Amino acid sequence: MDQSLAVLLTIITAATPLLIAAMGELVVERSGVLNLGVEGMMVMGAVAGFAVAFLTGSTLLGVVAAIFAGIAMSALFGLLTLTLVANQVAAGLALTLLGLGLSGLIGEPFVGQPGVKMPTLFGIDALVPFSFLLTAGVAYVLFKTKIGLVIRAVGNSHNSAHALGYRVIALRYLSVMFGGACAGLAGGYLSLAYTPQWIENMTAGRGWIALALVVFASWRPLRTLVGAYLFGAVSILGFVVQSMGLGIPSQFLSALPYIVTIIALVIISGNKRLTQANTPACLAQSFVPDR
Amino acid sequence: MKKLLMTAAMAAVALGLGSTASLAEAYKACWIYVGPVGDGGWSFQHDEGRKAVVAELGDRVETVFVENVAEADSDRTIERLARDGCKMIFTTSFGFMEPTLKVAAKFPDVKFEHATGYKTAPNVTTYNSKFHEGRYVIGQIAAKMSKTGTAGYIVSFPIPEVVSGINAFMLGAQTVNPDFKVKIVWANTWFDPGKEADAAKVLLSQGADILVQHTDSTAPLQIAQEQGKLGFGQASDMMAFAPKAQLTAIVDSWGPYYVKRVKAGMDGTWTSQQSWDGMAEGAVTMAPYANMPDDVVKMATETQAAITAGTLHPFTGPITKQDGTVAGEAGKPLPDGDILGMNWYVKGVDDKLPQ
Repeated sequence: MDQSLAVLLTIITAATPLLIAAMGELVVERSGVLNLGVEGMMVMGAVAGFAVAFLTGSTLLGVVAAIFAGIAMSALFGLLTLTLVANQVAAGLALTLLGLGLSGLIGEPFVGQPGVKMPTLFGIDALVPFSFLLTAGVAYVLFKTKIGLVIRAVGNSHNSAHALGYRVIALRYLSVMFGGACAGLAGGYLSLAYTPQWIENMTAGRGWIALALVVFASWRPLRTLVGAYLFGAVSILGFVVQSMGLGIPSQFLSALPYIVTIIALVIISGNKRLTQANTPACLAQSFVPDR
Repeated sequence: MKKLLMTAAMAAVALGLGSTASLAEAYKACWIYVGPVGDGGWSFQHDEGRKAVVAELGDRVETVFVENVAEADSDRTIERLARDGCKMIFTTSFGFMEPTLKVAAKFPDVKFEHATGYKTAPNVTTYNSKFHEGRYVIGQIAAKMSKTGTAGYIVSFPIPEVVSGINAFMLGAQTVNPDFKVKIVWANTWFDPGKEADAAKVLLSQGADILVQHTDSTAPLQIAQEQGKLGFGQASDMMAFAPKAQLTAIVDSWGPYYVKRVKAGMDGTWTSQQSWDGMAEGAVTMAPYANMPDDVVKMATETQAAITAGTLHPFTGPITKQDGTVAGEAGKPLPDGDILGMNWYVKGVDDKLPQ
């Protein structure tokens, strides 16, 4: 295989789960909900996807299971924060811890079992083009359609949206579950395409990176895409540089993706007024209808 | 979660026993692992060792483990175990060294056993295995099996255990092919399947056709299998993940040591020491040789036998270092201390050691 093509393919597989998870969380946060449980939903998606694909031999069913595992986790989060009005930060952290523990328990029989790998075409699996479609779809729906406008309105001022007759809680439930589906899918990508196996804690912090990407991309889909690919590219190029034996400290190269991504996205979103306009004003605020 | 269930089950057992008879109290031995038990590698093998203790000593011993303990934040966990009545605590990762010593100073009556470190105290023992013996064998195999004459080596952190592993691998490889090359990538993590897979793909794209890893997941071997390349398992036999790629694996076998030490703790003969077992003691074993022609199997088997018998020592002087200076006396093995604190590369390693 051509050398630079192989590196490019590696970058794509590294960026895709980040992009899918971040795109879901972007919609969630645009609706005014902060779900810090991305890591927990991802890891549940990873275990569910692996388990179903392993038992049935079908990666397609595995992907479906991953999505539903993410939705189930996010519905639980919705129940806690939207219906029972619990603190979103605390509930999100709890969701991560729950996901990590529960996935370990569910996944125990599958440890040490080789998985089924998603079929690829020229080294690319179906979820890569899907992640681009997802980005375009989210960008289109959020900024070009009425439902997108309403979701953003709910995120910016839930009281006004409520006064206008929009069903704030229902819309937030939908957004949260969309985020769950994306996070679950991203987790399934890890256990079905990236490294086809189940190991506890295999998300290894990718959910948190996705969360950070959303903020640094100032809640804009295309910037999130840039951020995810920049992060993937710098991490992989760090390995390439290392394997050439140039003597650049590896610790520096390991930190570089974070540094470069933050700097780049801060520069992209340098316009303060624009950033403020993009920040959902009601982010992480609970909504209790007054009548 | 598992641990919770286990503790609950144990509490139930303890209550049940307590009501029937005042049996001699079970000796409580505890383990902390850096990764999940389900990593299929390093932590998994330590847990196998714990299970060997349970199998051997039955209800005379009570075992507890805590998995996924972050190295930087391990004091609390170690201290909690000490407070919870653990009589012997095994801390099974290099990064637990300082926290172990810190907690040990507060609990002089508790015995601590720290894996892969080098600092001891009256109640702190260190133990390690001579993994480099296995790495010498896989170095020879790699040099025989590689078509490009280049191996890709994925490593975690620049600690002596890892550095001596790279050196032993190269010394083994150089006995077969003096010009053998190794490309080194530091993943700066023990356990991140995605990152390890990325590093593996990059190394294969850069001309390596054999993968060696000193990180804990099975991901690199899976990549080797996918791309029709070869590799070696780490800590545990990973054949199931790469039936066409795994040549062999360096398997850690902690059971015999754990049984010995827990017994010593029970009968009061435990003393602080620095234990370093290798192939001769059965602490380092090789997974069945596979995916290689008979002559390579023969060579590997002979080398393994010679190391086990003590007639071959991977670090026999004189050894030329990367900077051109020479270590060790001719015909004599390096002193243990030099290997346990190794912070230099042998000649032929094309990498700058992170300091």
